[in-house]
Amino acid sequence: MDAQSIIARRVARELRAGNLVNLGIGIPTLVANFVPSDLKVFFQSENGLIGTGPMPEQGMAHPLLTDAGGRPISALPGACVFDSAMSFGLIRGGHVDITVLGGLQVDAEGHLANWMIPGKMVPGMGGAMDLVTGAKRVIVAMQHAAKGKSKIVQKCALPLTSSRPVDLVVTDMAVINFSGGRITLQETAPGVTVAEVMAVTEADLFIPADVPEMRI
Amino acid sequence: MKAVSVEEAVALIPNGATVMVAGFMGVGTPERLLDELVRQRKSELSIISNDAAVPGKGVGKLFDAALVSTLTTSHIGLNPNVQKQMMANQVAVNLVPQGTFVERIRAGGCGLGGVLTPTGVGTMVEEGKRKIEVDGKHFLLETALRSDFALIHAFLADYLGNLAYALTARNFNPVMAMAADTVIVTAEHIVPVGVIAPDHVITPAPLVDYLIANG
Repeated sequence: MDAQSIIARRVARELRAGNLVNLGIGIPTLVANFVPSDLKVFFQSENGLIGTGPMPEQGMAHPLLTDAGGRPISALPGACVFDSAMSFGLIRGGHVDITVLGGLQVDAEGHLANWMIPGKMVPGMGGAMDLVTGAKRVIVAMQHAAKGKSKIVQKCALPLTSSRPVDLVVTDMAVINFSGGRITLQETAPGVTVAEVMAVTEADLFIPADVPEMRI
Repeated sequence: MKAVSVEEAVALIPNGATVMVAGFMGVGTPERLLDELVRQRKSELSIISNDAAVPGKGVGKLFDAALVSTLTTSHIGLNPNVQKQMMANQVAVNLVPQGTFVERIRAGGCGLGGVLTPTGVGTMVEEGKRKIEVDGKHFLLETALRSDFALIHAFLADYLGNLAYALTARNFNPVMAMAADTVIVTAEHIVPVGVIAPDHVITPAPLVDYLIANG
């Protein structure tokens, strides 16, 4: 299984019936593909929709119904639309149960950096700062390392997205949580050993006695 | 409300004006007004828009024609032209978190001086801003945003100027329609008064100054 599918499948297991969920672009978007059909969750698109459905079939796209990246989507029965003030009121106001976001770095304190690389890439923060600040639970879905460098660092060198720590990081190698304010290895990916995770992790992970394998 | 041609409406906008352009990645954006801004070569514009869309679409057209000097926005990641113009110091870009962006405009439209938000506390966004503690929680004071013009796109407009929107094309339209001295609207359909039921009017007619007649 490829890295992105491992991450998306594992994140999907965090969703609970009735959750209002916001998925960021990139790997997080894939999470929707792995939600069991009998699990009813609400997906929010921050451009003003709750109840996003899959991309419509060829020829069925509506130009006024898109996701936050401007791509055509569908709206499920029971969907509703609203303006951007409402959309971010939902996000900042703590009404979103889970947000899943991509990341550039996450550090030992759970701080996320995901919106710019100074001098190199300045796309803007979009809704990321509000999502991390306001959602009840923040999950980061990203590759464990990029170009051989750990993305789980002791302290973020890149500009932070929020001073609020994230709750869970899911990578192609591990699941990491921050319960009790301590960066803790919760699970390893199938076929990956604890030693292998530690070898590619810059931050000083706390390793509990029992680290089970991810169920995906 | 006055019904005018797109040429007449855009002629009202001077070079150097501050202009809010509604829409999200070009969805719910008044394309005809943007095309006319380009045709009339209105320049040195200060644009307030959620994103920079993509080249050739929505507010992106204004950057293709190099008509913008300042952009206040939350995201430019999908428009390489804007990033190039920013790096070359042709466009000054003020990046604002999206939720803060919309609340600043809402404040501007509602007679508020600004809002207190936790978003941005402890990040680069807090630089130069007042931090205010309320009941032990930290907030940034984000000031209100207003503009000379707001360019709005509705799905339905009635003869009075009541507006209704469709699906995700609503986005920033109702908020920006509150926050400008002059509000100019294009609509996909212009319909008789009463077609939009009172419960379904999102932007009340008195907010609309100019409605572009459909050709």
